[in-house]
Amino acid sequence: MSAEGPEAASAEEQKEMEDKVTSPEKAEEAKLKARYPHLGQKPGGSDFLRKRLQKGQKYFDSGDYNMAKAKMKNKQLPTAAPEKTEVTGDHIPTPQDLPQRKPSLVTSKLAG
Amino acid sequence: MFSGPRQRGLRLLTHAEWCGVPSEADIISTVEFNYSGDLLATGDKGGRVVIFQREQESKSRPHSRGEYNVYSTFQSHEPEFDYLKSLEIEEKINKIRWLPQQNAAHFLLSTNDKTIKLWKISERDKRAEGYNLKDEDGRLRDPFRITALRVPILKPMDLMVEASPRRIFANAHTYHINSISVNSDHETYLSADDLRINLWHLEITDRSFNIVDIKPANMEELTEVITAAEFHPHQCNVFVYSSSKGTIRLCDMRSSALCDRHSKFFEEPEDPSSRSFFSEIISSISDVKFSHSGRYMMTRDYLSVKVWDLNMESRPVETHQVHEYLRSKLCSLYENDCIFDKFECCWNGSDSAIMTGSYNNFFRMFDRNTRRDVTLEASRENSKPRASLKPRKVCTGGKRKKDEISVDSLDFNKKILHTAWHPMENIIAVAATNNLYIFQDKIN
Repeated sequence: MSAEGPEAASAEEQKEMEDKVTSPEKAEEAKLKARYPHLGQKPGGSDFLRKRLQKGQKYFDSGDYNMAKAKMKNKQLPTAAPEKTEVTGDHIPTPQDLPQRKPSLVTSKLAG
Repeated sequence: MFSGPRQRGLRLLTHAEWCGVPSEADIISTVEFNYSGDLLATGDKGGRVVIFQREQESKSRPHSRGEYNVYSTFQSHEPEFDYLKSLEIEEKINKIRWLPQQNAAHFLLSTNDKTIKLWKISERDKRAEGYNLKDEDGRLRDPFRITALRVPILKPMDLMVEASPRRIFANAHTYHINSISVNSDHETYLSADDLRINLWHLEITDRSFNIVDIKPANMEELTEVITAAEFHPHQCNVFVYSSSKGTIRLCDMRSSALCDRHSKFFEEPEDPSSRSFFSEIISSISDVKFSHSGRYMMTRDYLSVKVWDLNMESRPVETHQVHEYLRSKLCSLYENDCIFDKFECCWNGSDSAIMTGSYNNFFRMFDRNTRRDVTLEASRENSKPRASLKPRKVCTGGKRKKDEISVDSLDFNKKILHTAWHPMENIIAVAATNNLYIFQDKIN
């Protein structure tokens, strides 16, 4: 067994392991990177902040909404289906019924 | 509350539960005592404001323990939809701030993401009777039939508390308002959103001055946002704002009209070797509060509370760990978004103690003089009227002792984000999702 090579390599590995052991934060980071290998390089940067600034975004057709309002003027508005993710058939969506478009960081991370 | 458990303890004074059809609207989103502590205002996700008033302890009601009862309830904000931007504007009340009392009525500012409103809360306990031109039921009398004049008399009536919106301060914020703060001059206040801070005059609703603007010319270059802002309690020209990068800037409005350049910059140096993916996120400051003395300020980041001396920008003078055991759970806290939870913090009246919330309905109190701290739980099961709250302990590893809770059993859906401390007495208000608890420190 040669003296320099394997010893130097194992010293480096040992330091890395020590880092993970002494720093729970770094261990958690390793866990996260293992689950999402394509995680962006700038975690606290633009993506995260822009998600924060865009809170409340809902895609909504005002034409449909106003037509439904006109039609329903004399009748009671149909209540939204309990399954809020499915808006089908005769039910015209109102802003309240639309599912909140929550731009999940997890999916956007996977999308890279 | 920090000395011997047998002598003193926090006892439940009042418990109120927001309930109806279980809905998100019942989640309490802000809690604030007024200047005397006799009134406690709460705001919720449904846009409602509920004000509690302290019962006057008097000889006629010797059993009264000074409990807080509902005084007034009103709908402050309604949900709105901005069609142009396809943006839903939540009715959730982000902050309530009281104005100092100047006459019999009470005034408060309440804000959602976009609009700030000044509300007047007044009492009516007298009614005029004996009008000349109308009957008691309000019908107009025929003027030609009136043969004699009488002076209307004021008669007592059941107390009625009315809330009316006196000013609406709208259309000044492109981004979401996170803070409002009344100035010590009692004439102006500031409102802060993610990128800008505006200065208002309480009487003027169609104009506000922009005093801080950190929006970059190119949004791709955005690196930090404003997370909280507050006016100095005594110096009407000074305010601070905190950022998502864990820094605080103190600005002096005398130096320039636009306070983009700070007068003081507070940042704790970081050890670069300990930097991780989570470092910036957990350093984001969720709340900043001046001490009553005006000499210190306190900041809350994800894992700790720090006290800063305004005369020293290089580092805080005190750091208190709130729930350090969560550092080894950051991966899952990031995945379930809990790492972005915004906890508030508060001082007691004498600035000798500070309080902040945690998970599992726990809240933490730190005595700055004795350096002791305690973890308490705000929950129905633990709040029998006469018993004092028992300190709780989280077990971080190894053998769990009886009465301890292991980190993995903590309920991260039960978060205490909002707490308030009475300005003079040892009475605290703790909001746990849709429950409000008011505790008082009483000697046995």
